[in-house]
Amino acid sequence: MFRFIIKRLLEAIPTLLALVTLSFFLMHFAPGSPFTSERGVPAAVMANLQAKYHMNESLMNQYFYYLWDLLHGNLGYSFRFTDFTINQLVAQSFPVSAEIGFWSFLVAITFGVLCGVFAALRQNSWLDYAVMSFANVGMVLPNFVIAPLCILFFSIQHHWLPAGGWNGGAWPFLIMPVIAMSTSYIAQIARITRGSMIETMHSNFIRTARAKGLPKSRIIIRHALRPAMLPVVSYLGPAFVGIVTGSVVVDQFFGTGGIGQHFVNGAINRDYSMVMGITILIGTLTILFNAIVDILYVFIDPKIRY
Amino acid sequence: MNSLKTDNILEVDNLRVNFKTPDGLVTAVNDLNFDLAQGETLGIVGESGSGKSQTAFALMGLLAGNGIIEGEARFEGQNILTLNERAMNKIRSEKIAMIFQDPMTSLNPYMKVGKQLMEVLILHKGMNKADAFEASVKMLDAVKMPEARKRMNMYPHEFSGGMRQRVMIAMALLCQPKLLIADEPTTALDVTVQAQILTLLNELKAEFNTSIIMITHDLGVVAGLCDKVLVMYAGRTMEYGLTEDVFYRPTHPYTQGLLEAIPRLDANDEVLATIAGNPPNLLNLPVGCPFQERCQFVEDRCRKEAPVLEEYQPGKLRACHKPINGEAML
Repeated sequence: MFRFIIKRLLEAIPTLLALVTLSFFLMHFAPGSPFTSERGVPAAVMANLQAKYHMNESLMNQYFYYLWDLLHGNLGYSFRFTDFTINQLVAQSFPVSAEIGFWSFLVAITFGVLCGVFAALRQNSWLDYAVMSFANVGMVLPNFVIAPLCILFFSIQHHWLPAGGWNGGAWPFLIMPVIAMSTSYIAQIARITRGSMIETMHSNFIRTARAKGLPKSRIIIRHALRPAMLPVVSYLGPAFVGIVTGSVVVDQFFGTGGIGQHFVNGAINRDYSMVMGITILIGTLTILFNAIVDILYVFIDPKIRY
Repeated sequence: MNSLKTDNILEVDNLRVNFKTPDGLVTAVNDLNFDLAQGETLGIVGESGSGKSQTAFALMGLLAGNGIIEGEARFEGQNILTLNERAMNKIRSEKIAMIFQDPMTSLNPYMKVGKQLMEVLILHKGMNKADAFEASVKMLDAVKMPEARKRMNMYPHEFSGGMRQRVMIAMALLCQPKLLIADEPTTALDVTVQAQILTLLNELKAEFNTSIIMITHDLGVVAGLCDKVLVMYAGRTMEYGLTEDVFYRPTHPYTQGLLEAIPRLDANDEVLATIAGNPPNLLNLPVGCPFQERCQFVEDRCRKEAPVLEEYQPGKLRACHKPINGEAML
């Protein structure tokens, strides 16, 4: 187990290096530069600017400068918010995204699994149909539709919740971003849970459990839930990535100030170091989270040993 | 036969199992009658799809959701076919236990074997964990599981097929049930393991005085283990009687066909004897005898009316218009 974790961490290094390299060059090959704007800058000023960011040197040299800084944990200065380092901006906005993401994740898993299990146990009943209808709607509606609908309903019509802002993560400001973020994941997890629960309940070892005279509640909780959760756990990796990138939309609608806004603005402004910083952050989290999912498998499925 | 005995623990009357399917009603088990005394072993034989397993599932209350049961099955005088789930759970495993066909998938792969054994005792006998553990180890010893104590902490995938079936048998016997239903317990196992399991069942039967319903398509198993045998075809009883009568003096062409199909060491046959054709589609049974299309003695009457099960000699039942006088088939 310990060896597996070390191995996964070591594997992450080449993956991240590939990610950094690819995104660095792709971004620099894209037309335009951070200093392209309608108002021309005097040539001398431009030369100074370029010198400050090493942009007067060859692309290869810039790449090695970046890697060197990265090795020292320095993501560089933002091209746009010139007074801030990327580290500072990330430190400011990441906790916001992390909080929204955490709650969305929790809500998605809790409600998704509950809905799925009950739908499966009452297969082809009105409850099942209701859950599955909701799941279909939830999967079809993108978060950029749900977000404005939430604002319309909760803020404009009923004045229950503030339409936007963050306020240090007070719960009234948290509810709508979490709804917008988690709906499609509740739906997806409910579908997966239902399917695998139905399959598990028809398996031979559940028949054995019934033949043993176990009460239904015990059969479900002790015998069926664990195997039924395996496909759900597999889905958590991609779901996590989706929730992180989903913050792009949520930050736009609710002005919560998570990393999503920096991602979009960084790309538009050709803020090289910003885009790089966010890419590396999300890449690292994705690798980390997939490793966590792999470790979770060990606890669920005894056949898996690392 | 034993039907005159009064100490029957199980009496099955006109058991019928229907399944509602999109194509119509399928009768998987058609008016089955049999009884079983304490300590007695009944073999139910027949080809795949003859309704053997569905009979077992019906008795355990484990039929699929679209199954409909008719008839009666009195266990210790009580009709168990109409019991609710709660009452049935008191009988399952405690009084009637079942061993399934496929030991590879019948144990929960996500749970330690010990835990799966112990939960039966904790539930039915109200034991605490320590007692349940010791009793489970003892039962694993009884089914000749080597290093039983160590194996309590292992998962099913760490066991071979034969070992898993031993676990299943141990699990079924934990509460010392009155009746054990074994649904093709040796089918998925290789031949040497089959023999071990059968020897084990024979020993356990003597030790615990358990009645057994042995469902199988292996006539060798019946010969070695069963007192009585019921031959099923297309959900119906073809022949029913003491094992020695049915085996040495089969009178039904189907039973005879089954017996002839057993490969023999002394006969130097190039080709295995088979019963030509396939079992009929249960959705579309022919009028008359279900076996007519494969029977070499078929006559007009067989195509018109279904033969009823009749007691042609005391304790010997058969459903056939054109019985044969089989002598010493084995």
